[in-house]
Amino acid sequence: MALIDVRHVTKVFGSRPERALARLKAGASKEEILAESNHTVGLYDISLSVEPGEIFVVMGLSGSGKSTLIRHLNRLIDPTEGEIFIDGMDILKLSIRELEAFRRNKTGMVFQRFGLFPHRTVLQNVAYGLEIRGEPRAAREEKAAEWVATVGLTGYEDQYPEQLSGGMQQRVGLARALCTDPEILLMDEAFSALDPLIRGQMQDQLIELQSRLRKTIVFITHDLDEALRLGDRIAILKDGTLSQIGTPAEILLDPADDYVRAFVKDVNRARVLTVETVMKPPPLRLTDETLEQALAEMQRRGAEIGYVLNARGYRGVVTRDAVNAAIASHSGPTVDEIAVGAPSIAPGASLAEALPATLSSTFPVAVIDAAGSLEGILSATEVGEVLMPARQLEAAE
Amino acid sequence: MFVDIGKPIADATNTFIEWLIVNYGDVFESIANALLTVLVLIEQALRWAPPWSVLIVVGLIAYAASRNLLLSFGIVALAWLLGSLGLWEQAMQTIAVMLVSVAIAIIIGIPLGVLTARSDIARALLNPVLDLMQTIPSFVYLIPAAMLFGLGKVPAILATVIYATPPLIRLTDLGIRQVDHSVVEASRAFGATRWQMLKGVQIPLALPSIMQGINQTMMMALAMVVIASMIGARGIGETVLLGLQRNDPGKGLVGGIGIVILAIIFDRISQAFGRRLQAYRTVGG
Repeated sequence: MALIDVRHVTKVFGSRPERALARLKAGASKEEILAESNHTVGLYDISLSVEPGEIFVVMGLSGSGKSTLIRHLNRLIDPTEGEIFIDGMDILKLSIRELEAFRRNKTGMVFQRFGLFPHRTVLQNVAYGLEIRGEPRAAREEKAAEWVATVGLTGYEDQYPEQLSGGMQQRVGLARALCTDPEILLMDEAFSALDPLIRGQMQDQLIELQSRLRKTIVFITHDLDEALRLGDRIAILKDGTLSQIGTPAEILLDPADDYVRAFVKDVNRARVLTVETVMKPPPLRLTDETLEQALAEMQRRGAEIGYVLNARGYRGVVTRDAVNAAIASHSGPTVDEIAVGAPSIAPGASLAEALPATLSSTFPVAVIDAAGSLEGILSATEVGEVLMPARQLEAAE
Repeated sequence: MFVDIGKPIADATNTFIEWLIVNYGDVFESIANALLTVLVLIEQALRWAPPWSVLIVVGLIAYAASRNLLLSFGIVALAWLLGSLGLWEQAMQTIAVMLVSVAIAIIIGIPLGVLTARSDIARALLNPVLDLMQTIPSFVYLIPAAMLFGLGKVPAILATVIYATPPLIRLTDLGIRQVDHSVVEASRAFGATRWQMLKGVQIPLALPSIMQGINQTMMMALAMVVIASMIGARGIGETVLLGLQRNDPGKGLVGGIGIVILAIIFDRISQAFGRRLQAYRTVGG
């Protein structure tokens, strides 16, 4: 079951949102409603669900409602209409006290402008969530010190936020959010205020932390590269409505509308897409067959080449011609001995990493996973098709 | 052309005050007595203590607030000057009235400032009242106050509190409203209750502004000492008043210098404390 389930959430900002909502349902546009009644439609009919342990990225330009959306998940903002379930619990029904307990125990949040307490030291900032929970000082400072160390700020415990650089401040923000060990981590443009180099480092750190912690992370960004890099799934938000939800590959290869298409146009696909998203199933897998068995199998399947994989690992490629020739010259009993050694690539590799191998090989390159099994094959033609956006292909024709 | 509403207002007020005195006279008297007990205690302690010990305490407070030796010595020298002007006794009486007034102003002012920072309605309602408190001539409420509490120190404290509390309320309000929104939001996101938010984030970050409010309150309280002396509160104000009444400009000047010295002492100590609070309380440097 989804951990976070948002159903038909609409948010209208203004003094009389109900009336604007009725107008919106009658088909009025956001602009009309703003002009008529000075009400702003922040979100309109948003439904999405987030699975436990995934990084769910909400991506949109400024004004698209993404910061409004993330604030609904811990009710810093209440929706005008709709339902929000977290772990099966309708959080809109919580009383103030229950809501405070929910925020203390279930969620942690990281902010774009860090939101650190300037009058508290790094350690006191990180320990804040535990202090709010009422944990004794010694216990909370011990836990906080561990998190300060985890984000690499050992030695800065007694500094004040303004004494730290932006990147270090956001590490404090991250440690503060993680210190209460929340199930859900809400990250509102957490890395947007940092310069590109530091941003890359923070993304690496988040990926590394996530591989150990398996939190459910909702990550807001306006940066598509960041979304593609971090997201297990990405939701694209435009003017308060969802344009598309999908994996990075789905978003890139199958954009739902022109807006998403325009967005993904300039993405460096070779760096974002992985081999497994574009590979083809292997035509023929051979192990320790005799040459005759192999030939029969190739003829039956209509395959010109076979990939030889046996107890000793990936052995290489055999062509039908080579098998024929080997049978004619009575050279050996099994295909293993005539297999031509060929490069292999990992399914998680980016296309950019896979490209040299596919270009240098006469045959499609085998995709071998960490366990040593043949997952698929990748040829330079497929890579080329994927890397060349459809529109440019049309133009070229 | 005019409708006479002045007389009905005056009559109604008089009737109301009389009704208060008749029905609640003992209540006001017990309030007055309670205040007086505290005040007399402080005043007696200050007057009983040998001046050199008071000077040492003033120096220690100045150093604790400023961590600045030069400033502390300067303040001790100023306090010594009070004695040398022959105003030691009066100064101690004035300080006692001031301390009690400022304490009451803080007890009333900070919660009201928090309230107005929280609620725009409370602010809209309270603002004209604060304007009124600062502009209405103090004799207007000194007359009924003297009728209710009797002459002397208690109505003087009341007048001082009425005149000196508004800036503290306003600066508390301002200080809390100016706390960075993102910091308050972070506190909410971590599940802080309103009280935890107020105590742990808003008040600490508003402290420089609140301290400025307390400083203003002290200065305005000192501005009231002459008026307070007119309804029988003894102290340095009395010296000025006597100079005025006896056509003795010299005595008036000496009293005036004494008030200025007290003002400088209170101002420098509270300012220095406020400046030290500024460290690490502003977002983004």
